[in-house]
Amino acid sequence: MHKTYRYTLGSKTYEFRHLADLLARATPARSGDRLAGVIARSAEERAVAQMALADVPLSNFLNEALIPYEQDEVTRLIIDDHDAAAFAPISHLTVGDFRNWLLSDHASSAMLAQVSAGITPEMAAAVSKIMRNQDLILVAQKCQVTSAFRNTLGLHKRLSTRLQPNHPTDDMNGIAASILDGLLYGSGDAVIGINPATDNVAQATRLLHLMDDVIQRYDIPTQSCVLTHVTNTLECIEQGAPVDLVFQSIGGSEATNSSFGFNLATLAEAQQAALSLQRGSVGNNVMYFETGQGSALSANAHHGLDQQTCEARAYAVARKFSPLLVNTVVGFIGPEYLFDGKEIIRAGLEDHFCAKLLGLPMGCDVCYTNHAEADQNDMDNLLTLLATAGCSFVMGIPGSDDIMLNYQTTSFHDALYARRVLGLGAAPEFEAWLEKMHIMSNAPGACLNDALPPAFAHSLQSLPANSGDTDQEANHG
Amino acid sequence: MVDQPDNTHPWQGVVDNPWRRLRQFTAARIGLGRSGVSLPTHEMLAFQLAHAQARDAVHTPLDFAALSQQLERLSEQHAVLNREPPLLLHSEAVNRMTYLQRPDLGRRLDDASRVLLQQEQHSPKQPFDLALVIADGLSATAIAHNACGFIAALATELQQDSQDWRLAPVTLIEQGRVAIGDDVGELLNARLVLMLIGERPGLSSPDSLGLYLTYAPQRGLNDARRNCISNVRPEGLPWQQAAQRAMYLLRQARQLKISGVDLKDRSPSLDADSNATISAHHNNDASPTDAQHNFLL
Repeated sequence: MHKTYRYTLGSKTYEFRHLADLLARATPARSGDRLAGVIARSAEERAVAQMALADVPLSNFLNEALIPYEQDEVTRLIIDDHDAAAFAPISHLTVGDFRNWLLSDHASSAMLAQVSAGITPEMAAAVSKIMRNQDLILVAQKCQVTSAFRNTLGLHKRLSTRLQPNHPTDDMNGIAASILDGLLYGSGDAVIGINPATDNVAQATRLLHLMDDVIQRYDIPTQSCVLTHVTNTLECIEQGAPVDLVFQSIGGSEATNSSFGFNLATLAEAQQAALSLQRGSVGNNVMYFETGQGSALSANAHHGLDQQTCEARAYAVARKFSPLLVNTVVGFIGPEYLFDGKEIIRAGLEDHFCAKLLGLPMGCDVCYTNHAEADQNDMDNLLTLLATAGCSFVMGIPGSDDIMLNYQTTSFHDALYARRVLGLGAAPEFEAWLEKMHIMSNAPGACLNDALPPAFAHSLQSLPANSGDTDQEANHG
Repeated sequence: MVDQPDNTHPWQGVVDNPWRRLRQFTAARIGLGRSGVSLPTHEMLAFQLAHAQARDAVHTPLDFAALSQQLERLSEQHAVLNREPPLLLHSEAVNRMTYLQRPDLGRRLDDASRVLLQQEQHSPKQPFDLALVIADGLSATAIAHNACGFIAALATELQQDSQDWRLAPVTLIEQGRVAIGDDVGELLNARLVLMLIGERPGLSSPDSLGLYLTYAPQRGLNDARRNCISNVRPEGLPWQQAAQRAMYLLRQARQLKISGVDLKDRSPSLDADSNATISAHHNNDASPTDAQHNFLL
């Protein structure tokens, strides 16, 4: 039975049909919620919804499922896995109190880790809606989440990168060229991860072998991943391919995930298969998930929820499988979900905050498409804010320009900028490797060596000299 | 934590990346060099230019009058094309900003356009074989650069075909999304609709034309009913090859009375793993090298 929420302002009473409606009206404005028809009808209604939401007890979220329990396995996961003991210290709070508690000195890193399993995605989404950007940064920065496979990610004062060497035809030399470029710019400690242009098992296997060979040859303390469908990765494992991590795009409702072609059982099976390979050296987190606001609406599977609440629910799916990496591909889908730099920046901070609060090793693909009202300055802003908030990792791609997916994300240079201005390092194992390979002389200070590192100079010797670009290179040398 | 600046040596300029020559293998922006950890000036500005061109492709209005004139000239040169002047239509997205935020409105014709098409009063007993629909989509540049070249190549293919093709008047749609072509095809009483639309521009490809084919078009069909040919432009899939692929699909769709996922593309020019939807990455001439022969290994 849905409960109606009311708030009286002067002589006017605002009424919200149920909790989902209240959450949607309270959310900061964005185009996807307008498209879905769930957005606040006026700025005043939004502010009032936020005030009404602040009065809602957190315990209401355990009694009012936004998508019915019987219809949705994500709802069942959220309810069935809820840890009442962890919830106890905050069980008496309203959403508004919860914000105060999170910001208080009482909510230390240790305390936040302790209550994490008692927080549901809807509670996290709700409190984020009444927080300013600085609140989202401050609390996320207190949440410490580490994960490990061949290195340790998410430690304090660290910012890792996914080296993303995509190529429009999966040309092996083209991909290797981008891997080399990334490694020489100190990128790749979160993962070397390829979005394949041709998505099938044979192609994934070929790419997995390429990356595994490179990682072994240069003894790199990192892991690889081909971002292909979970069922493809399962087949790769069955065929004996060198799989480090299992990838899947996930969403916050069963219907969204069905449209992606998987369910929770599929993920459990894939996790067990990857664990059986025992390829991790310092940890056993074998899953890599990507998310992003708008995917549920895009799949027509949002059940009338706003897109940020749907996104937070996806983190319940991720949390179930102890991932090494989760990231929100924040500006990828386009302006019909997040219209401009302002909306992208807000969404990136919300996603990072909610995921960290729920205990996930959260990164962000700080990105935009060319039909969004955004540019590199917006990306600089979001990158700087997220790095300040303790974001676990960002993307690293040559010159910000993904020539396969046709969008712009953060470059190798961008990650070095963030590390330098904020005094952040790469994962410790990877940082030691960068110095050992003579790529950096002061990895914590993000100081690259001028000379080509000997091990890689050797690799390049076998190459034929190429005209064209080399001439241009001389001009700028 | 940062090293003290080294003032003992004069500044030597931008740090070069000798591996830039690996760009023979990829269009990715590798080996850009650096000043400190930052992009050198010329690379930063080159990126800004590429982004500016992609933005212009999204926001420059399509010159429909000029396009109309070009299409009329084309119809004089190719007998198979309809001789009526193109019909100018509009979606329910009133302007570019609305179009970008409300894809649902871009998929529907506005009332005036529906009335205009209904007034055409084409005999229901004599359907057109094919309606060509052109929409600006996300890149007017793509249409300006590639629409007429492609239609000329397609007209040649249509004329050489063994069966007759009766074409509907060409329609031009302002602020249109892919699905709106089905609306137009239904109102024109056409067996087949072929939609030409500007694709979402990438930084190095601001002018990619997309082609979408539907058999028995009608309002409300989903993507599974359409076949797509992507990245039509001289640097991607050239006009003539695109016209040949489109012609293959048109013939098959007309004969089998289907389109979309049920209509497999088995035209001889395609790669072995042919699919109903031809991906954006068809120009794969170089067969990927065996991993063992890679220069990093």
